[in-house]
Amino acid sequence: MNVVIVGHVDHGKSTVVGRLLADTDALPQGKLDAVRKECERTGKPFEYAFLLDALEDEQDQGITIDTARCFFKSSKRDYIIIDAPGHIEFLKNMISGAARAEAAVLVIDAKEGVRENSRRHGYILSMLGIRQVVVCVNKMDLVGYDQKHFETIEKEYRGFLESIGAVSPRQFIPISAIEGENLARHDAKKTPWYKGPTLLDVLDTLPKAPPKIDQPLRMPVQAVYKFTKQGDDRRIVAGRIEAGRVKVGDKIVFSPSNKVTTIRSIEGFNTAPRTEIEAGWSTGFTLSEEIYITRGEVMSHVAKSPLVGTRLRVNMIWLSKKPFVSGRDYKLKLGTSAMPVRIHKIQKVIDASEAGSTLEKDHVGRHDVADLVLETRQPIAFDLTADCEATGRFVIVDEYDVAGGGIITGVVTDDLGDLRAEARTRDFNWVPGGVTAENRATRYGHRSALVMFVGKAGVGKHQLARAVEKALFDAGRAAYMLDGKNVLLGVDHDLWVDAAQSELVRRFGEVVHLLLNAGLIVVSTTNAIGLADASAVQSLIPDAPLILVEVGEGSGQACDLLVGEHEPEAEVVAKIAALLDKRQITDRLN
Amino acid sequence: MDHLDQLEQQSVYIFREAFRHFERLCMLWSIGKDSTVMLWLARKAFFGHVPFPLVHVDTSYKLPEMIAYRDKLAFEYKLQMVVGQNKQALDEGDTFPIKLSKNPGMSKEEQAINRTKCCGRLKADALGATLHGTGVRMRMNLVTGKYEIDPDKEPYTGVIVGARADEEGSRSKERYFSPRDKHDNWDVGDQPPEFWNQFKTDFAPGTHVRIHPLLDWTELNIWEYIKRESIPTVSLYYDQGEGTRYRSLGCGPCQAPIKSTSKNVDDIIAELKSGALRNVAERSGRLQDGKHGLEELRRKGYM
Ligand SMILES: Nc1nc2c(ncn2[C@@H]2O[C@H](COP(=O)(O)OP(=O)(O)O)[C@@H](O)[C@H]2O)c(=O)[nH]1
Repeated sequence: MNVVIVGHVDHGKSTVVGRLLADTDALPQGKLDAVRKECERTGKPFEYAFLLDALEDEQDQGITIDTARCFFKSSKRDYIIIDAPGHIEFLKNMISGAARAEAAVLVIDAKEGVRENSRRHGYILSMLGIRQVVVCVNKMDLVGYDQKHFETIEKEYRGFLESIGAVSPRQFIPISAIEGENLARHDAKKTPWYKGPTLLDVLDTLPKAPPKIDQPLRMPVQAVYKFTKQGDDRRIVAGRIEAGRVKVGDKIVFSPSNKVTTIRSIEGFNTAPRTEIEAGWSTGFTLSEEIYITRGEVMSHVAKSPLVGTRLRVNMIWLSKKPFVSGRDYKLKLGTSAMPVRIHKIQKVIDASEAGSTLEKDHVGRHDVADLVLETRQPIAFDLTADCEATGRFVIVDEYDVAGGGIITGVVTDDLGDLRAEARTRDFNWVPGGVTAENRATRYGHRSALVMFVGKAGVGKHQLARAVEKALFDAGRAAYMLDGKNVLLGVDHDLWVDAAQSELVRRFGEVVHLLLNAGLIVVSTTNAIGLADASAVQSLIPDAPLILVEVGEGSGQACDLLVGEHEPEAEVVAKIAALLDKRQITDRLN
Repeated sequence: MDHLDQLEQQSVYIFREAFRHFERLCMLWSIGKDSTVMLWLARKAFFGHVPFPLVHVDTSYKLPEMIAYRDKLAFEYKLQMVVGQNKQALDEGDTFPIKLSKNPGMSKEEQAINRTKCCGRLKADALGATLHGTGVRMRMNLVTGKYEIDPDKEPYTGVIVGARADEEGSRSKERYFSPRDKHDNWDVGDQPPEFWNQFKTDFAPGTHVRIHPLLDWTELNIWEYIKRESIPTVSLYYDQGEGTRYRSLGCGPCQAPIKSTSKNVDDIIAELKSGALRNVAERSGRLQDGKHGLEELRRKGYM
């Protein structure tokens, strides 16, 4: 069991660990004596913490700077103790240690009482999802093992945890790490009033977190492998099942692309063949249809699929020296997906060092804890952390480093939520023909895609679209030019002239969807539907690549290709062909 | 799912993340038990394949059995086997064994210093040069089984290493994904945070990342896994009837066997469980480690 020890600096974490190691006989023979002798020789008072100091830097600075791991055994089980630094400068190290722990021991100095990092660490443990916390009120020897003193601290800290909505600790224990009281043994002379278990007893009774087998299936796709060069033709969708279970033959869906198929086989190396697999396994599947999916999608059953959206309400902590600011793109990593993200709205920045107080800020600074809404550039599949931890938490990368991380507490609807829901219901219930998308791709030599020309009226979109269609067709592609005018003439015939733009876009998107389903490369041009509508169209074709081409001076909004009004046709055609290759539509690697 | 399964599954996850994020990925293979378990885990992760090169630094002082075992496995598993060596140091005779033979009266302290220096040149320097592509890389031709000069001189940006946290102090501070700067230095005091399973996979040009799939494994876990999976290992780990065996493999002149009569994997597991080796550091037979020797070598990039 992995246990992390946290708490304010100098409250005695290292001493607790050192003492636990000594009292459970986990030290190499003679080590304790050697350290004691060394202390005598140098005239330093002996510290249990010295036992843990393996590194030069650390001994020089005299503080734990990084998480160190030590191993010990009780009569019941093996432990890995992660000693996390309490100094604020090293908060990111504390988080690294705590993020892989199953339980935490939080140490509070009886004499100093609850301090800034006692609170901050409590907050972080709760955010990291560590549900089993034991609080040790240490250095009880310095307050004469006074019961009242202990109870005051317990009351204050419990109050704090309640105020931030954290899980209440399993146990508060009055200890003295120096004298060994209530760590591995209880001395009735010292704390006769304490009837609870010792630290070791509590650790031994902490249940292992049950595997998340009974939750809905979630497997973020890590990669799609095909080792053709090595003579292996299997196309394997690999990933770790984070929750739930799945069997051969199960109908499954990938989000956010909404692709539906069934599991053909479960793959592995040097393992017995299996027909069923569950949470915890890093595995791989072949599918009954060779659908095109990519890393970052989440595999689930159709009935209990994850949320898909762009606006996430989150709780997070920021660790980088450079603040987290609005109006700039960062990289979001969630499950196995990664994509641009920015701050949509800062709800509040919480002063984690003070119980419950909030700060008025337009950015999130180093060591701040914040409640905010993030917006991803594209729809992403996720869960609320309460429903599934692995797909309900994320980190933010700034340049090359992880700068912050947090959990998803809610979802905020955006303008396209309805269209996305429409597409999901449609795709989950789609009645497929006998010819699969992969069959068509093999026949036509490419996947389907939408090349969408937008721009002001009269800039030559139609002419370019025709040229692209013709060039693709001549190159043997199944291409089709869709002029929006034709949709208006027929599909939209029943709409009034002043019909809502959103309905025009919806119908256009659904028509495109049908054509894409037929395996075509659709080259569209229309005055009715502009750049601003592109993401609405994309919401209706979540699994198809969209290449957005703006013709004219450029509106400043993002697109894949900006074409000048008088650019030679042949050049535009060549650029689009290159984009189709690059996106692996015409030049498919697997 | 038992504990070994959990360790295995996490390692597999790490391998796949590494393969995804580092186009220039390689794995160090020291032929020892840990990196051989890693090799096995790589095959687990990639369904029987090892889709990146394995790098071995040959000091020329390895026991012949290790080299034979390396080449046999590489050929059998069709591995992309790359070998590096500090030819210059060997040609100049700048190694501990040669210096000792020239000066047999060398004091213990001097010996220790020269051992560390030798490691620095034959291992750390050679490894650096091989990883950066500045030194000659030899690659096994999988048809003939012979080594040829590797035309590939591109530096590796992701390096998979078999460090375990329980080995000795400094390793307990490692992350799964641990950045090294332009000079291969490890800044122990300022490492990026590692939230859950979100690793450091973005890196500045010129820097690289060390990846540690075995971080959470203990020596006992390694042996239990070797047994469970029937992974082939070098015979040097087992007592051949003389009452000694190697616990950790290095170079011939700088390693001493331990007293042990373990003749096979089961014996070793029983020996480790009995606690008989508890008070002997795993690398105690590795004579170059010294007080801060290993820590220093690590900073310089050795493992
Ligand atoms: N009197 C007393 N001092 C303690 C106790 N536990 C730790 N200390 C002292 O508090 C100081 C800080 O302890 P340390 O373990 O280094 O704190 P850390 O920063 O939380 O790891 C050291 O001088 C310890 O000797 C205790 O139970 N009683």
